[in-house]
Amino acid sequence: MPVLTPSGYDIAHLLDTGVLILSFAFLYQRRLFGILKIYSLQALLLAAAAAWQAYAQEAPHLYITAAIALILKAIIIPIALHRIIIHLNIQRTIETVISVGPSLMVGVALVGLSVRLVLPVTASSGALTRESLAIALSVVLLGLLIMITRRNAISQVVGFMSMENGLILAAVGVKGMPLVVELSAAFSVMVAFIIFGVFFFHIRERFDTLDVHDMEKFRGERQ
Amino acid sequence: MSAVFLIVGTPAISALLLAFISHYRTAARINVVASGLTFLASLGLFVERPIATPFILIDDFNIYLVALTAFVALTTSLFSARYIMHEVEIGRLETGHLRFYHAMYQGFVFTMLMVLTSNNLGVMWVSLEGATLTTVLMVGLYRTHEALEAAWKYFILCGVGIALALFGTTLMYLAAQPVIGEGLPAMTWSELLPRVATFSPAMLNLAFVFLLVGYGTKVGLAPLHAWLPDAHAEGPTPISAVLSGLLLNVALYIVLRFKMLLTANAAALTPGPLMVTMGLSSLLLASFMLYRRRDIKRLFAYSSIEHMGIITFAFGIGGPLANFAGLLHMTMHSLTKSAIFFTVGHISQVKGTQKIADIHGLTSSQPLLGWALVIGVVAIAGLPPFGVFMSEFLVLTSTFGRAPVLALLVLFGLLVGFGALIRHLQALAFGADEGGEKTSSLALMPLFAHFGLVLAAGLYLPGPLVTWFQNVARLLG
Repeated sequence: MPVLTPSGYDIAHLLDTGVLILSFAFLYQRRLFGILKIYSLQALLLAAAAAWQAYAQEAPHLYITAAIALILKAIIIPIALHRIIIHLNIQRTIETVISVGPSLMVGVALVGLSVRLVLPVTASSGALTRESLAIALSVVLLGLLIMITRRNAISQVVGFMSMENGLILAAVGVKGMPLVVELSAAFSVMVAFIIFGVFFFHIRERFDTLDVHDMEKFRGERQ
Repeated sequence: MSAVFLIVGTPAISALLLAFISHYRTAARINVVASGLTFLASLGLFVERPIATPFILIDDFNIYLVALTAFVALTTSLFSARYIMHEVEIGRLETGHLRFYHAMYQGFVFTMLMVLTSNNLGVMWVSLEGATLTTVLMVGLYRTHEALEAAWKYFILCGVGIALALFGTTLMYLAAQPVIGEGLPAMTWSELLPRVATFSPAMLNLAFVFLLVGYGTKVGLAPLHAWLPDAHAEGPTPISAVLSGLLLNVALYIVLRFKMLLTANAAALTPGPLMVTMGLSSLLLASFMLYRRRDIKRLFAYSSIEHMGIITFAFGIGGPLANFAGLLHMTMHSLTKSAIFFTVGHISQVKGTQKIADIHGLTSSQPLLGWALVIGVVAIAGLPPFGVFMSEFLVLTSTFGRAPVLALLVLFGLLVGFGALIRHLQALAFGADEGGEKTSSLALMPLFAHFGLVLAAGLYLPGPLVTWFQNVARLLG
C-alpha cells in the first residue's frame, strides 16, 4: 500500500494543508474575483487530494469525487459566479464585519481548537486519518468564519462551498467510507441550487439584520 | 419489502410526473391522489412488517412516524388544493410560479419517507438535505422581498446545519470502522446498534455533538431556530403545515436514533443533559417570544419551537414514562399544529391579512373558522380534553419525581406560553367583528380529521396503541 511510504504520507499532508492555507487566503482577500480564484485553486487541490487518496487507498470510486471537484468546483462554478457578478453588477469589493487582522487570529484559534478536539479522540485511527480529519475540521470551521464575517451574498456562498470542501476532505480521508461519491454529489446539487437561487432571485447582498439600513426597513416582523 | 417500495416510490414517481404537468388543477388532483396512495401503502406496513435490509429498516419506532407523516401529507394535500386555488383566483400567485409546486411537494414527502425508512446514515443525510432543497423554492413561492429573505435564511442556516451533520456522520463512521470494519455495514443503523458498546466513547461524543447541532438546526432548537419563524410565516400556508407537522418531527427522529446509539454505549456521554438544555431553552425562549408577535403565522411558528422544545426535553429526561410522553407529544403536536395552520391559512385568506391586529371577532363573523381556531389554540395550549394536555401532563409528572427544579421550569414555560396564546386568541376570536371579509371555499375535512384524532387521543388512548408506545419508549432508553 503506497499510503504507508513516507513520501505517500507527505503528499497527502501537503495537499490537505494546501486546502487549509487557501481557507486562510479567503480571510484576507477583499476582492470578489480574487475570492473566486482562491476557491478555484482550493477545489483543484481538493481534487488532487481526493485523487491521491483514491490511489493510496486503492479506492477507484474516489476518482469520481476528484472529477466532480475538478470539473464542477474548480471550473464550472467559478465561471458561473464570475458571470453572475458581472450580470447582476455586484459590488466588487467586500465589506467585512471584522477586519482582516482579528479574523486571521480567530482563524488560527479555530485551527488550534480543531487539532485539540480531533487528535485526542482519534488515537485508535491511523495517523493519516487523524491528521487529515483535524485539517478538514479546520477548513469547515474557517468556512463558517468566512460566512459569518462577510456581508456579501456571493462571498457567503463561497464560504459555504469552502466549508463543503472541508467536508469532502474529511470524507475522502477516512479509509473505506462508503457512499462518499453519492454524498459529495448530493452536496454539489445543493451548491448548484444556491448559485441558481442567487442568480434567479437577484440576491446581491446578504439579508442581514445586523445591517442598520435593513433594520430600519425590516425587523423580521410585518409592521 | 413491497410496502416500503410503494411508500417511497409513489411520491418519487408522482414528483417526476408532476414536473411535466403545467396545469395546476390537474396537478393538485394528482397530488391528492398520490398522497392518498402513499398513505394507504403506509398502512400496509402494519399488515406485514418488512425485514431489514442494508438500506431499509422498519421497526416499532419509525412505523408509526411513517403512517403519521403519510397521513399529514395527505390531509395537507387536500388543504393545499383549495388554498392554492384561492390564491390563484385572487391573483396573489401566478400560475407560472406554481409550475413546480406540486412536484416539489411530492419530492418533499419522498425525502421525509426516505429518512424514516432508511437504514443507512448516509441515505438519511442525503434525504434530509433533499428536504431542504425541495422546500426552499416553496418557501420563496410568493417572490416578495420578505419571502426571498426567508428562503435565503432557511437555505443558508439549514445548509450549515446539514454540513455539520455530514461531519458528524463521517465521525460516526470513523467510530464504527475499527469494530465493524470498512464499508457499508459501518454506516448501517441495524449493524451499529448491537455493537455500539465497543466503540470508542470519545469519538462517539464528538460525533454526537456535531449531529445534535447539525440536525438540531432542522428541529428548530434554540439557539439554532432563526430560520423557522421566517420560513413558516412567509411561505404558503400548506408549506407551514408540512414544515411544522413533518420536517421538525423527522429531524428529531434522526437525533433520537443517534441518542439511542449513545445510550447503548455505557462510557459515552449521556445525551440527556444536552437535549434537556436545548429543549428547555427553546421552550422558555419561544414562550416569551409568543407575546409580541404581530403576524398570526409567525405566532404559531414560535409555538412550534416551544413544542419541539418540550418534546426534546422529554426525550432528554428519558426513561419509559418521559419517552412515552415525548412520543405522544410528537404525534399530538404534529396533528394539532398542522390543523391550526389549515385554519390560519383560511383565516388569512378570508381576512386578506396575516396581521393579528387586523383580525377581530372571528367567532361572530366566521363562526366555523373562528371556533376551529378556538379549538386549535385550546388544544395546542394544553387544555383538557385534548391530547396535548395528556402528553404535557405526562412530561411534567415524569419529570417531577426525578428533577423537580426542571419540572418547575417547564411548568413556568408552559404557563407563559399559555398566557400568550390565550391573550392573542381573545383578540382574534372574540369581540366585535370587523367587515372586509372575502368569501372563500374551505377545506374542512382535514380540519375535522386532525381535531377529531387529537380529541379522541385526549379522551381515550386505545390499549394496543399504549402498549406500542410503551415498547418504543423502552427501545429509546
